[in-house]
Amino acid sequence: MHTSVLLIELGAVILGLGLLGAVSVRFSISPIPLYLLAGLAFGAGGLWPLSASEEFFSTGAEIGVVLLLFSLGLEYNADELAAGLRTSGGGGLIDLLLNAAPGVAAALILGWGPVAAVALGGITYVTSSGITSKVMGDLGWLGNREAPTVLSLLVMEDLTMAVYLPILTALLAGVGLLGGLGALAIAIATVAAILYLALRHGRIVQRFVASPNDEVLLLKVLGLTILVAGVAEELQVSAAVGAFLVGIALSGPLAHAARSLLTPLRDLFAAVFFVFFGLRTNPADLPPVLGAAAVLALAGIVTKFATGWVAAARAGASRTSRARAGAALLPRGEFNIVIAGLAVTAGVQPRLGPLAAAYVLILAVAGPLLARTAEPLARRLARRRSGTSPPVAGLPG
Amino acid sequence: MDVERVPLPGIGLKHVLATARGRRVGVVSHHNGRRDLIVYRRDDIESAADTVALSVEEANTLAELLGAARVVERLAELHRQVEGLVSVQVPIADGSPFDGRSLGDTRARTRTGASIVAVVRGREVIASPRPDFVFGAGDVVVAIGTAEGTATVSDILTGTG
Repeated sequence: MHTSVLLIELGAVILGLGLLGAVSVRFSISPIPLYLLAGLAFGAGGLWPLSASEEFFSTGAEIGVVLLLFSLGLEYNADELAAGLRTSGGGGLIDLLLNAAPGVAAALILGWGPVAAVALGGITYVTSSGITSKVMGDLGWLGNREAPTVLSLLVMEDLTMAVYLPILTALLAGVGLLGGLGALAIAIATVAAILYLALRHGRIVQRFVASPNDEVLLLKVLGLTILVAGVAEELQVSAAVGAFLVGIALSGPLAHAARSLLTPLRDLFAAVFFVFFGLRTNPADLPPVLGAAAVLALAGIVTKFATGWVAAARAGASRTSRARAGAALLPRGEFNIVIAGLAVTAGVQPRLGPLAAAYVLILAVAGPLLARTAEPLARRLARRRSGTSPPVAGLPG
Repeated sequence: MDVERVPLPGIGLKHVLATARGRRVGVVSHHNGRRDLIVYRRDDIESAADTVALSVEEANTLAELLGAARVVERLAELHRQVEGLVSVQVPIADGSPFDGRSLGDTRARTRTGASIVAVVRGREVIASPRPDFVFGAGDVVVAIGTAEGTATVSDILTGTG
């Protein structure tokens, strides 16, 4: 009886996600907000609460985070990260300060305390590198002048996450300031050690994992990733960061093979992760935080746009390119939910989860839409500025 | 001609070149083998006017088309530059004495003064083949020299000389 209910629920949810995915492809939007909405519908207080499959979704969500971060790490190789640190450290710092500020301020104003402030700062800060690179690819922006600037900022953010997540994990565990500093030291040491291993001795890892057989390669890579993630979690460095670093350590043809093998698994479990976050959020908790989420989203749009604009200006790009850089960085998505998920699990503040869900729902949808309008708008403004625009009826010049 | 090379972290590499006529063309090489062909706007050199995504196979075909055209163009140019210089294209037929033998064996240059400058094999152009290059049936040999010299090369390769 239990098995049949479990299978029926799982099948129905995954099929539903497939249909939502088709909608997202049809309208060329990110599926993340749709998955969150599906989770809200199936969760406690939703339209059709699930009964038997909570446990699967809970475990699946953990694996989803690990695979999300692993495949993010696969996208980068260690050289790119080192180069990114050298060239865009300044822009990265502006990015962090400008965009964490609204979250930190909001949490403090709402009286949620310092730990929630650190979590909410992370939630408002980080751009969804997944959505942003997809938007840039879809709009044909990868060849543009601002593309290297935007992509370097994403690298910096992901590296920042590798340091931020362990600190947050430690703070959420209630270790206090001293413990937090200890966790930071361990995290930086671990990240540095793995980056060193990947840069200097990447071949050893590659040789250990490499196999001509797809099945063997899949199991080795998946096993290694989850194992390292677990050990990292045990050391309070956070499972996500462990998986990210394994992804970085793999490069070249092996990374390519691992990516094509693990992408289907990642897609499945990442969807499970977003659904699970929605499951844990009671839709009735959303309306009270909608106002705060809208204000935060507006602030997030302004600060991110300014970040992209300034970074592109520092690189000497034109106004049109600056506008595109600002707009490309707007979407929030997977990382923000990862951070919120950690905070919700620790039970810091009951309204943090719904607020993060609403924030991501708004910006995952609005970000790509705003990006689409950025270029035409910037061109119209540029024409008006230079005074060459054809006179509009009834308006002078 | 300068080719600008810009790394795109997480995506791959971008190469951009400016043509003599002032247009800019670029290629984004993704880690996964995909190539984007980019044509920049005339009025804004920082922005792409159009981007064409190419699969590995499509990119290779395009590269061959551009590359092969260049070899033909260079030959035509040589013709114009040097009066009295002739190029011939000699197919290696089945049963040709040089099917399976090397370029060095023809001793074309010492015997005729003409040079074998390229071999077209299928859709591939092998420019400046080395003496140890082995001909196969179906190859088309491109030789350059005087009218007399190239005619002799043609005779040697077809086995009539």
